[in-house]
Amino acid sequence: MLKDCFHGQLQLGLAQATVAGIAALLVVLLGRKRGIHLERELTIAMVRGLVQIVAVGSILLLLLRGPNWTSIFLLIVMIVAAGATSARRAKGMPQAFQVSTWAIACGAGSVIAVMTLLGVIDTPITTLVPVGSMLIANAMNTNGLALNRFRADVLAHVGEVEAALALGADGKSSVAPYVQVSFEASLIPAIDSLRSLGIVWIPGLMAGMLLSGARPVYAAIYQFVVLAMIFAGSGLTSLVSTLLMRTRVMSPAEQLILRPGS
Amino acid sequence: MNTQVDSGQGPALLRAEQVGRTVGEKVLVANASFAVRKGETLAIVGPSGSGKSSLLRLLNRLDEPTSGTVYLNEVDYRQIAPRELRRRVGMVTQRAFLFPGTIAENLRFGPRQRDEELDDRRIEELLSGVGLAGYGSRDVANLSGGEAQRVSFARALANSPEVFLLDEPTSALDEDSKQGVEALVTQIGREQGIPCVLVTHDVAQAARLAHRVLLLESGRITRSGTAEEVLRA
Repeated sequence: MLKDCFHGQLQLGLAQATVAGIAALLVVLLGRKRGIHLERELTIAMVRGLVQIVAVGSILLLLLRGPNWTSIFLLIVMIVAAGATSARRAKGMPQAFQVSTWAIACGAGSVIAVMTLLGVIDTPITTLVPVGSMLIANAMNTNGLALNRFRADVLAHVGEVEAALALGADGKSSVAPYVQVSFEASLIPAIDSLRSLGIVWIPGLMAGMLLSGARPVYAAIYQFVVLAMIFAGSGLTSLVSTLLMRTRVMSPAEQLILRPGS
Repeated sequence: MNTQVDSGQGPALLRAEQVGRTVGEKVLVANASFAVRKGETLAIVGPSGSGKSSLLRLLNRLDEPTSGTVYLNEVDYRQIAPRELRRRVGMVTQRAFLFPGTIAENLRFGPRQRDEELDDRRIEELLSGVGLAGYGSRDVANLSGGEAQRVSFARALANSPEVFLLDEPTSALDEDSKQGVEALVTQIGREQGIPCVLVTHDVAQAARLAHRVLLLESGRITRSGTAEEVLRA
């Protein structure tokens, strides 16, 4: 229907974005009726997301003719931005930004690097940046989930953590049960994505490849490749992040820093 | 007001010297000095929010003092590794905070932190000491509040502490369980000679259990002496 009204690609895109945004706002209004107030956060997130993606699209347009190494610069900027976004999910956690950025760099960054070196991800900027961004974005989500869960669990079990410390346990082992739970919980979306691939959802990348003329079987296999890389990058990110966090919530004298109200 | 409390006999096992903690602008504890000796029970009493628990947490370095220090056997506790310090200065809190699993596993927790394994005989000894003989294989999920608190005592004793810190150990218990735990505190002091620092809001309990009492108000020791001297002043 929209295609009948808008003939230019840009106008059509803006119209589609408006309709999709209205759908999201309707959900917010439904939530508001039940006393859940997401208006401000979602409106800012949507406007910000649209501006960011358009900006990145424009930058990509400029960089398309540049050398391949410029994609490394772009991916580093994405990792830092992902670290900052993800750290906001861990209010009160000491050094959450540094932990998140390091974890995403070690997790998603190393998977991107290894897979590029092995030829699983093509080096042209038009492939490396979009595929890399998928890995970084998913690592960011996983990291946010891991930190959020870890923070909530430690705060809910301050008594148990301090009981362990008071019995002579070291800081790391005192919070070890919550590291494990956070790691497992953060990977549930990535595992479910892999498990339901092709049955519950057909990801955009595969659809895009089909539209651009790739053979369906190759598009399907490559989609699996991307999801497996996403799982590897997210899992490694979550592992690094929770392992770093368990030391950051303790002082050098093995005192729990993360406390209610901190 | 003299805040230096040191009227006992024999060498001090634990001695706080001008110890204090300030967080931001808030003074939680200020210039507290006192000592406890072998077999002695020292009670810290005071109104809610007076800093009793904050002071106790400074004694095993669960929180860091911002002034002063604490000596364990006349060694500045900052010279002792925190894990070793907390092994030597046992703590029992208002709630037991037992770990999921059996009672025996809870008792093994402390010694395992230094790669020691408690045998079944020692576990039974510890449980007998707190009136729970034969309970080793029970799951902690099925214990009453009083039983859980006794396990908490046994778990701390499994580390062979030199000093015991007790933070309102009976305030969450019914009257029967409370009497049992009080008897346990007396027994630990008398039979094992382990000095106890007891934080309690219950002045009658302080009078029953303690040799000496400190009154803490707004983070400062405002009175000290025998229970009679402090509580009837």
